[in-house]
Amino acid sequence: MTQALETLGRAGLRSFERLGRGQIFMAYVLAGIPEIALRWRLVVHQVYAVGVLSLVIIVVSGLFVGMVLGLQGYNTLVDFGAEESLGVLVALSLVRELGPVVSALLFAGRAGSALTAEIGLMKTTEQLSAMEMMAIDPLHRVVAPRFLAGIISMPLLAAMFSAVGVYGGYFIGVGLLGVDEGAFWSQMQDAVDLRDDIFNGVIKSIVFGVAVTWIAVFEGYDTVPTAEGISRATTRTVVNSSLAVLGLDFILTALMFD
Amino acid sequence: MTNHRLSPQTINDPLVKIRGVTFRRGTRLIFDNVDIDIARGKITAIMGPSGCGKTTMLRIIGGQLRPDSGSVVVDGHEVPALSRRALFTLRKRMGMLFQSGALLTDLNVFDNVAFPLREHTDLPESMIRDLVLMKLEAVGLRGAKHLSPNQLSGGMQRRVALARAIALDPLMIMYDEPFTGQDPISMGVLVRLIKLMKDALGITSIVVSHDVQETASISDYIYVISAGKVVGEGTPETLRNSASEWVRQFMDALPDGPVPFHYPAPDYEEDLLSGGRA
Repeated sequence: MTQALETLGRAGLRSFERLGRGQIFMAYVLAGIPEIALRWRLVVHQVYAVGVLSLVIIVVSGLFVGMVLGLQGYNTLVDFGAEESLGVLVALSLVRELGPVVSALLFAGRAGSALTAEIGLMKTTEQLSAMEMMAIDPLHRVVAPRFLAGIISMPLLAAMFSAVGVYGGYFIGVGLLGVDEGAFWSQMQDAVDLRDDIFNGVIKSIVFGVAVTWIAVFEGYDTVPTAEGISRATTRTVVNSSLAVLGLDFILTALMFD
Repeated sequence: MTNHRLSPQTINDPLVKIRGVTFRRGTRLIFDNVDIDIARGKITAIMGPSGCGKTTMLRIIGGQLRPDSGSVVVDGHEVPALSRRALFTLRKRMGMLFQSGALLTDLNVFDNVAFPLREHTDLPESMIRDLVLMKLEAVGLRGAKHLSPNQLSGGMQRRVALARAIALDPLMIMYDEPFTGQDPISMGVLVRLIKLMKDALGITSIVVSHDVQETASISDYIYVISAGKVVGEGTPETLRNSASEWVRQFMDALPDGPVPFHYPAPDYEEDLLSGGRA
């Protein structure tokens, strides 16, 4: 019993220690943002790596999620004779919840894991140490542009996910199931509010972008420099960022849509 | 760029002065009250068996690790007491050649050598090009400027890393196991280059290695480290004639001696007869 408590205590202390290290790490990264913002080419390169290269999975997933929403929504709404509200259901579901959340989960799997592996491998092959010895701070030169790129890319990807999803719902609802096209778009236009729905969705995706990218770059930088260490760090990135996204989504939803 | 003009008194001062350095990793004592001087413009070797902490010593000199106690002075600066900014300013005058080369894998050979110049200077691209080509010519790899690091052999990677290390004309270069895993030709090239850096550019060199013959052939002074202490020091000739058991074992590559062949373990017979209970 005592041993179990000791183990639990040690694990708790280790978690708090890592949390503290993660915050100090982020303070150093944020200190490098003004300098790196002036070197926009570095950020653009990373926006391409984490954002543009994630586009395919985001667009394809958005399309299928929208199509499934169209099908399920129609089957439910038609029982109440409210199938013309399908546009509202699809758009609000995507803009408020599914767009930011699902694209953040996909972003964690596609870009987050890549960021962790890349930075972890740079550490393992002493590239980060070499930079330090060249008097170049890797937190500013390597981590800060990737962090900034993650925050810029996430809301754009979420917006594309939602936009493609709406067209997926339109294709199923209007194209295949015969919902009136005018009703689909006009009811959507009436019900979706720019501030309450779209802005809040954008805020959510920015918060998720910060959380996922922070976890990804920290796990890469803090990895044990071995093959197994990188593997564990990559897994931790995907698991922890997914949990962080779901937890933050609950808190933000409670605050925004009460 | 660095100003290398020094007063006569400064020239006689060691560039690196290590006094009473003690360093632990967890409970393991790596260095116990170690004193080392690195003379300006000379090649000083730090030698010793694998795992004795040679690379750790380079990291302590470069400020990547902080000793538990003692003093590390580089060109008049107490390294462990420097702020991050001051440490980075000092590092612009240090070069380090890592065992793996540590080239940036997303850049080609040219861009790797240009990297410190682009980061630390406002030189026009045409001048950076000339400087990079000069550095690559010095290591014999001007023709490989468009290759990526994964197209280079281990020896070529280290030569590119050396070109990068001298890009900012440093005061000193630290070589971490430069000869490990090299074929005889690559090893000969690296030996020649390290000597050339000293003779032609007057760069102070610290070579950490366990390759006795190659290192002794170019060193002006050698420190032998074992079990956390300096167990021998002197010119290569002095060490070859040393009576110290520690130095003899290392210089003559004897498998057993003060550094035991066996890692500390319980009694062999008891271990075998315990049936896995131990």
